[in-house]
Amino acid sequence: MADRRYTKSHEWLTVEGKNVTVGITDFAQAQLGDVVFLELPAPGRKLSAGETFGVVESVKAASDLYSPIGGRITAVNEKLKEHPELINSDPYGDGWILKLELTGELPGDLLDEAAYKKVAEA
Amino acid sequence: MTGSAARRTPLYGRHVALGGRLVDFGGWELPQQYTSIREEHLAVRKVAALFDISHMGRFRVTGHDTFDFLQRLVTNDLARIAKGHAQYNLFCNEEGGVIDDLVVYWGEDAFFVVVNASNRERDLGWMREHAPSTVEIEDRTFELSLVAFQGPRAEELLPATGLSDIPYFGFHDGEVAGIKTMISRTGYTGEDGFEVFVDSASVGDLWDSVLEAGRPAGVLPAGLGARDATRLEAALRLYGSDMDETVNPYEAGLGWTVKLDKGDFVGRDALAKVREDGPRRTLIGLRTEPGSIARHGAAVIARGRRAGVVTSGTHSFFLGYPIALAMVEVPSFRVGDKVAVEVRGREAPAEVVKLPFYRGSARSASAASKS
Repeated sequence: MADRRYTKSHEWLTVEGKNVTVGITDFAQAQLGDVVFLELPAPGRKLSAGETFGVVESVKAASDLYSPIGGRITAVNEKLKEHPELINSDPYGDGWILKLELTGELPGDLLDEAAYKKVAEA
Repeated sequence: MTGSAARRTPLYGRHVALGGRLVDFGGWELPQQYTSIREEHLAVRKVAALFDISHMGRFRVTGHDTFDFLQRLVTNDLARIAKGHAQYNLFCNEEGGVIDDLVVYWGEDAFFVVVNASNRERDLGWMREHAPSTVEIEDRTFELSLVAFQGPRAEELLPATGLSDIPYFGFHDGEVAGIKTMISRTGYTGEDGFEVFVDSASVGDLWDSVLEAGRPAGVLPAGLGARDATRLEAALRLYGSDMDETVNPYEAGLGWTVKLDKGDFVGRDALAKVREDGPRRTLIGLRTEPGSIARHGAAVIARGRRAGVVTSGTHSFFLGYPIALAMVEVPSFRVGDKVAVEVRGREAPAEVVKLPFYRGSARSASAASKS
């Protein structure tokens, strides 16, 4: 997807107007290995850019999840409760994590695909 | 992620070609997984899987005093086995702390000693320090490779004949896929299976043949992730996590490997005292709720106070919940007791459960094996 953006902390986001969908990247899921659990917030909560909003637990380790933008959570992917492995099998599709309503502007430090690739390959 | 100094086994090229995700383990670059820890773990439990364990240290010990030399260095009693048999063993220091766990193989014209990769140099030094001049110890780690084929269908799916003649913890010379090997009925997964010693020049061909023969039945190559999960389900101890030199065998639940009546050996006096006084700590099994994986180092809390520490923990894809081993103070807990463990900075409920967490197809479940 051309309009997918990335963070240095390995989240991705797509933006449609004020509606932002967030997940973790294919690189991130590959590094984590098989995901067994996600600890996620409830809809309605407000997040600021860079704020920790949850934990993804794989067989290897637990890792924090960071919000790439400031906004209010409008939806949490409920499927992940029963099927955390969607993070591994479809990180950019059915493995999405949050939907947010953007507050203010998008942060200026989001990466495009080429720039993120350099981060992931470093 | 991997240090440039990490060693590579002769199967390194295969691991890369199979898409293995390589990590540093005991100074060796090895696959954590090829496709998925979950799939590889389930292949071990349901069919069979092939592991490269060539990182483990392998020593050949010869000379006519070899038996007496090894008998004085290990805790178990080698007089209880005979040629063609192997025995799970420990090296302890004079204070009774565990230096390493290992398997001793009594061969036709030599003894073989297989040790943990991270302890290879230390073990070699320890052995040489104690060896009389009539005993020769050769490090064969690099010339000789080692693979493990583990699973309930291992005997049926390994392309070799005569496997049914090998008893649990027995071994013999034989061919696998037409290649000369030494085949041992041992492992580190709790399942039936074999460990195959083969010249490093031939291990690539052997690896390919075993996988090719087994693929239609569901045989997979498996990495360190599946190896750790299966050994933990079987409650097989991991040196460096569940025990080290500050832990004695009784605390680690390995008192059955200590034979105080066999004559003198390094650590015997200290171990006799621990046996008499009773250990101060013990290793127990814990089960937690899905999502609450207690990791190495997490506190165990009982009756409002810290009672011990988690030594190994993972999510068991096979059992469907997280499991952990923990070293706790005695008096210990009973199966069914409710405690708490630290997970992501909070207390999560845990239940004390019987060990092993899962009893696989390995022939003798009481003789915990070690590959």
